[in-house]
Amino acid sequence: MFRAPASTGPSAGRLAENVVHFARVLRTAGMPVGTDRVQTALAALQLAGLESKRDFHAVLSACLLDRAEHRALFDQAFVLFWRDPDLMGRMRALMLPKVHLKDGASPPPPENRRLGEALFPHQPNRPSDEPETEQVEVHAELTWNDRELLRQADFETMTADEWREAQRLLRELTLVFEPLPTRRARRASRPGAPDWRTTMAAMARHGGEFWDLRWRAPRPLPAPLVVLADISGSMSRYSRMLLHFAHALGHADAAVESFVFGTRLTRTARLLKRRDPDQAVGEVVRAVADWSGGTRITATLHEFNQRWARRVLSGRSTVLLITDGLEHGDTAALAHEMDRLHKRCRRLVWLNPLLRYAGFEPRAAGIRAMLPHVDRFLPAHNLQSLSDLVAVLAHRDDAPPRPNSQPR
Amino acid sequence: MSTAAPADPAATAPPASIDDTIARLAALDYVADRPLATCVYLALKLQRPLFLEGEPGTGKTEIARTLAAMLGRPLIRLQCYEGLDLAGAAYEWNYGRQMMEIRLAEKEQVSRDALAAELFSDRFLTKRALLQAIDPANAVPPVLLIDELDRADEPFEAFLLEVLADYQITIPELGTVKAAQPPIVILTSNRTREIHDAVKRRCLYHWVDFPSAARELEILRRRVPGAAGELSRQIVAFVQQLRSLELYKLPGIAETIEWTRALMELNAVVLDPELIQQTLGVLLKYQDDIARLQGGEAARLLAQVREEARVAAG
Repeated sequence: MFRAPASTGPSAGRLAENVVHFARVLRTAGMPVGTDRVQTALAALQLAGLESKRDFHAVLSACLLDRAEHRALFDQAFVLFWRDPDLMGRMRALMLPKVHLKDGASPPPPENRRLGEALFPHQPNRPSDEPETEQVEVHAELTWNDRELLRQADFETMTADEWREAQRLLRELTLVFEPLPTRRARRASRPGAPDWRTTMAAMARHGGEFWDLRWRAPRPLPAPLVVLADISGSMSRYSRMLLHFAHALGHADAAVESFVFGTRLTRTARLLKRRDPDQAVGEVVRAVADWSGGTRITATLHEFNQRWARRVLSGRSTVLLITDGLEHGDTAALAHEMDRLHKRCRRLVWLNPLLRYAGFEPRAAGIRAMLPHVDRFLPAHNLQSLSDLVAVLAHRDDAPPRPNSQPR
Repeated sequence: MSTAAPADPAATAPPASIDDTIARLAALDYVADRPLATCVYLALKLQRPLFLEGEPGTGKTEIARTLAAMLGRPLIRLQCYEGLDLAGAAYEWNYGRQMMEIRLAEKEQVSRDALAAELFSDRFLTKRALLQAIDPANAVPPVLLIDELDRADEPFEAFLLEVLADYQITIPELGTVKAAQPPIVILTSNRTREIHDAVKRRCLYHWVDFPSAARELEILRRRVPGAAGELSRQIVAFVQQLRSLELYKLPGIAETIEWTRALMELNAVVLDPELIQQTLGVLLKYQDDIARLQGGEAARLLAQVREEARVAAG
């Protein structure tokens, strides 16, 4: 794995062992710490870091850490792992945390569940890969499967079989994203901007006898997508299907970020990276504490604008906001947050399952506050509406934003 | 693009320890906290690129400038932007001269092979920042600052991998250019997006935080030497209070320094609510944030600052 520096004697060997073990703990807690980073850390510890615990922390974090959001987790792990107060005095004592592990003695509750599981792997584990979506799918009774009917069926009233079939159909959607030109170029066959480099190479090949111009054209890139899905009680069935949809989007040819919110905001893009959609959605349900609870749209939008918008939204992004918009709090604040969100993205598409009702009118104060700030207001309660959405995503919206309720 | 500092071998040797790093940086008016100094020291010793992430205006770019001055190395700066490509960052062929060469070759009846070899030789190469930094002809290895990497798009990061890992660039027509001595590489990011793991893997990482009040006061004392002690102290206390608010964009050290200079221009001796109101645009750059501080909020913060100072003094 690594070469323990030979010149530094047995105590450094122990230290190396513990650094390796610490790296393993970090890795289990979800931080990508490769062996090359451990090597760097060991090399760095030869130079500095053994004078005080602070320096030790600084050296290890410089070498093992590479993401701002992992800092808190790293600090906790550091405190828990290297907790011997006389750390620098006695290298031998560095073995302590390992002893703790082997004992299986009941540890103090660690602050972070992920970290706890990484530090104390002998604790009874949660059942590993049992997707909780199963309950929806176990009792399969109905046998008929008419695709067309299924396309129109409301997600909320689907039977288990239909639900499963719907998920399969969802996976089959061809996902195309609106291609936006970038500032990068690719070779082109039609005249445009000259590609001097290949032109020169081509002319040199035949001795520059005649002009042999090659061309370049801007390379298009699919517009990035950000999904914000409401998972509160009233939305949970739809959100689950939309998470499947987001999962399918995430495995298409575009950059997709996804978040879910109920009473608080959770970033789910990483969880949805799993290949198997059931497992991925199961991960999200497990990770999110407030599934099917209440909803605080204003507060979560505020959090998104404050903490995430600058990092995940660019001027090119399309935002899919999935919520019923039933917010009872301060609607002026809601309008303000919607406005801010709208200004930061290229397109804001609001998917609202309430639009399934033919006579839907935006009467609720929350919906009225949000409507002026969205570019598209679309239903999202059955497969048909989702494939319509795919069509919307694939095309450039040239029509002026017309926030209108248009029941399907 | 590059500035050469006077080369005095004794004064420009790499620092010998973390403490030495802190002292040497401080001598050039850069007040580094210990974790940052540790990273800088390690980066120099291990010859690894240093990746600095943090809010705008926390001194990430400045560290590269200071390092260049401290070690007597030229600074080569590459400002990133969307669409930055190899031609902008590493090298470009001089097409105009190549064209001339082709025309001349026609007259002089040069063979095709000779022409092809000649066209893509060193003298038709325009060197940009990355290639300049690893040019084996460099007398001293420079400090290479790759600034605001998050502004470049993802494909650009891939160009960097070879430079960061092996300090070399492969030019298909010419071969591999490798640095005789590795340059010091500093990468900065404002974290408007996540940089790819492959880039980070090759670097030491440090998150540059806002400074503590004591450090900020020290920075102010060094950077704006003319400011009165009482005014600086009040400014730092006020800005620190401001950072505890939930603002859209928190003011960095750069803003603190600018604000102090602005207040000195207005001949201020102490802070007062009206003065703050008038100069808020130096400190805060979002209308939402400025609106938040209008109507008493600034006065409230100031009162708090004064109260704390009174308690501390009494």
